[in-house]
Amino acid sequence: MLSITHYLVLSLALFTIGVIGVVTRRNVIIILMSIELILNAVNINLVAFSRLFGLVGGQVFAIFIITDAAAEAAVGLGIIIAFFRNRETVLADEMDLLKW
Amino acid sequence: MATNGYFLDHIWMIPLFPAAGALLMFLFGRKLKNAVVSTICVGSVAAAFIFAAGAVWSLLHMLPESRFVQVILFDWVPAGSMHMTNGSLMRFDVPWGLMLDPLNSVMVLVVTGVGMLIHIYSVGYMGHEGGYYRFFGYLNLFMFSMLTLILANNMLLMFVGWEGVGLCSYLLIGFYFLKKSAGDAGKKAFIVNRIGDAGFLLGLFLILGTLGTINFHEIGPAIAAGHFPVGAPVMTAIALLLFVGATGKSAQIPLYVWLPDAMEGPTPVSALIHAATMVTAGVYMVTRLNAIFQLSPTAMDVVAITGAATAIFAASMALVQNDIKRVLAYSTISQLGYMFLGLGVGAFTAGVFHLMTHAFFKALLFLGSGSVIHAMSGEQDMRKMGALWHKIPTTARTFLVGTIAIAGIPPLAGFFSKDAILGSAYERSPILWVVGWVTAGMTAFYMFRLVNMTFFGKSRVEHDVEHHIHESPLVMTAPLLILALFSIIGGWIGWPESLWGSDHFAHFLDPVIAHYGEQGASVAEKASRGALTMEYLLMLASVLLAVTGIALAYSWYIKDPTRPERFAARFSGAYNLLSHKYYVDEIYDALFVNRTKDLGLALGSFDRGVIDGAGVNGVGLLTRVISRISMWWDKWIVDGLVNISARLVGALSIPARWLQTGRVSGYAAMIVAGLVALLWYFLHLVRLPVH
Repeated sequence: MLSITHYLVLSLALFTIGVIGVVTRRNVIIILMSIELILNAVNINLVAFSRLFGLVGGQVFAIFIITDAAAEAAVGLGIIIAFFRNRETVLADEMDLLKW
Repeated sequence: MATNGYFLDHIWMIPLFPAAGALLMFLFGRKLKNAVVSTICVGSVAAAFIFAAGAVWSLLHMLPESRFVQVILFDWVPAGSMHMTNGSLMRFDVPWGLMLDPLNSVMVLVVTGVGMLIHIYSVGYMGHEGGYYRFFGYLNLFMFSMLTLILANNMLLMFVGWEGVGLCSYLLIGFYFLKKSAGDAGKKAFIVNRIGDAGFLLGLFLILGTLGTINFHEIGPAIAAGHFPVGAPVMTAIALLLFVGATGKSAQIPLYVWLPDAMEGPTPVSALIHAATMVTAGVYMVTRLNAIFQLSPTAMDVVAITGAATAIFAASMALVQNDIKRVLAYSTISQLGYMFLGLGVGAFTAGVFHLMTHAFFKALLFLGSGSVIHAMSGEQDMRKMGALWHKIPTTARTFLVGTIAIAGIPPLAGFFSKDAILGSAYERSPILWVVGWVTAGMTAFYMFRLVNMTFFGKSRVEHDVEHHIHESPLVMTAPLLILALFSIIGGWIGWPESLWGSDHFAHFLDPVIAHYGEQGASVAEKASRGALTMEYLLMLASVLLAVTGIALAYSWYIKDPTRPERFAARFSGAYNLLSHKYYVDEIYDALFVNRTKDLGLALGSFDRGVIDGAGVNGVGLLTRVISRISMWWDKWIVDGLVNISARLVGALSIPARWLQTGRVSGYAAMIVAGLVALLWYFLHLVRLPVH
C-alpha cells in the first residue's frame, strides 16, 4: 500500500522543483511561487511524519508554516511592487544593486 | 741669573722697536699725519740704534775672549728627537734667541746707524709722495727683519729674517706699484732671491743632519767633536749650498740680475736695502759660518773666484750706464764681489771691514744721487746733467767725498778695506789680485765718470728743469754730511799694522774667526821674508791705478767730452755688448723664464684636456651611463615586481568577484550548494535508519 516513502519522495520532488525554481528562474514572482512550493513540500513532509508517529505536533507546525508562508508572500509581493516602481523590472538578473 | 748690564740683557728690544713701528703703521698708518708717522718710525730706529750702541759699549767692556751674550726669548720649535747622518740621536730644539758678539756688533751698529740716517733722509725725500705711512711701515718692517737676521742665535731664526728682508725688498722695490716696470722688478727680485733661499735651506738641513745643531755657538764645538778633516766632502756640500743662498741675497753671479732692476724703487730704498744692509746679509752669513767654509778649500775657492768674477763683470757694465742709479747698482754688485773675494781667500775680517766702509760711502752715494734727482725734478739720465757743482754744493761736495772713498784713495775709508782684501788676495793667488786690481781701476774710472758727467763740464740740463734746481733741505743734507764724515774716518779703525796702525777692527773680530792651523803673520815676521815690501808695492799699485782711472775720467769727460762717443763708435761691438748687459737677462728669459712659462701653459692644457676632459667630463659620462642602467633596473625589475604582485592580486580576485555579483539568484544557488555539501557530509557520517 502507500508507505511513508511515497510521501517523502513526493515531498522531495516538490522541494527539488522549488529549489530549482528559486535558483534558476528569472522572474521574481515565479521565484516567490517556487518558495511557496518549497514551503508546501515541507508541509507534506511534516504531516506525513505526524501520521506515521501519531504525534499531532507535526500538523500543528504545518499550520504555523502555512501562516508564515502567507505573510511572507504578502511582504514579498509588497517588496516586488516597490522595487518595480523604482526599477521598472521584475527580472532577477536586473536586480544587481548589491553588486556595489 | 747673572746680568750683563741693561743693554746687553735687552738686546731683544733692538728689533722690537721697528717691529712696533711697522705694526702701528699697518694698523693705524692711514689715519696718521705725516709728522706723526715720521716721529714713530724714525724714532723707533733711533731707539734701536741707542740700544745697539749701548749693548756694544757694554760688550767692549768685557774681556775679549768672553765677548758673547745670548738672550732666549721663548722656546720656538719645541724639542723632538731626530737621527743625524752618522746615526746618533739628538734633540731638535729651536729657541727664539738673540745673541751679540763682535761680528754682530759691527753689523748691528752699521744697520741701525746707517738705517737711522736713511730714515731721517726719507722724511725729506718722500715727504710729498703718496703712501708715506706705507713706505715707513715697510722700512721699519725691513729693519725688524734685518735685525732679526743679524742678532739671531741660530740658523732657522736667521732664515726668518732672511726671508723677511726678501719680502720687504719686494714690497719696497714695487712701492710705485702702479708702474708696471716697478712691479716686474719687485717680482724679479723676490723670485731670484727665492732660488738662492732654496740653497740656504738645503745647507741648513745638511748642517742639522751632520752636526746635530743649528745654533751658531754650538756649531764650532760640534765640528771639533765630529773630527771633520779639512776638505771633507760634506763640509764642501754645505758651504756651496749656503753660498748659493748668499749669491741670491748678495747679488753675485749668477743671481745678481735683480739688483739693477731694483733701482725702480725709491732712492732711500736703494740706499738702505741694496747698498748698506740687505745685500750684505750674504757676507754676514758666510762670515758667521766661517768655521764650515774654512774646512772646504774648494768652496773657499768657489767663493773667491765668483766674487772676483762678479766684481770685474759688474764693473765692466757700470762703464757704459747712463742712469745715475744704475751705475751705483752695478758698482754695488762689484763691491760685493770684492767682499766675497776677501772671504774666499780667508780674509774674513777684511771682507767685513769692506762691508762696513762700503755701507758708509755707498749709502752716501745713493742718498746723494737721490738729492741730485730731487734737484733735477726726477731726471736720472746723466747725459742730461752737468755743471751742478755750484748749484747744489752740499750734495756735490759730499758726493765727491764718497766717490774718492770708493775709488780707494787714502786716507779715506775705501782704501784701507780694499787694500786689506787685495793684500790677502795676492797671497792666495796673484791672478785674483790682478782681477781685483783692474776692477779697482775701473771703479775709479766709472765713478769719476759719474761725478764729471753730473757735476762738472758743460750743462746739458733741459731748460725747464734748470729753473727748479735747488739744494735739498737740511733733513736730507745732514745725513749726507754725517755719512761723508764716516767715509773719511771710518777706515781708520782698521789702520793696518804694516802702516804703523793697530788694526783695532781685525783684533776686535778675530775671536769670531775659526783658526785651523797657522795664525796670521805678524808685521815683523812678514818683514823678515820680504812680504812686507810686497804689501807696500801692492798698495802703491792700487793707488796709482786709481789715480790713472781718475785722470782718464777727467780727460774723457771734462777736457774732451767727444772722446767717449768716438771710442764707443770705434768699438761698437764691445760697447753694445756692455750696454746690453751681456744680454744676460735675455739669455735667462730664453733658458729659464720662458721655459717655466711654457711648463705652466703645458700644465694648463693638461688640466683642461685630461683632468677636465677625461676626468671631470668622463666622470659625468660615467654617471650618465650608470643612471641609464639604474633606470632600466628600476623600470623592468623593480616596477616589474610591483606589477607582478598587482597582477597576482588581480588574478586571485577573479573568483572572489563572483561572490558578489549582486544577483540574488546567484546567492540563492550558493545557499543550495552549501546545503548539499552539509547534507553530503552528514549522510556519509550518519546512516539513515532504513526500515
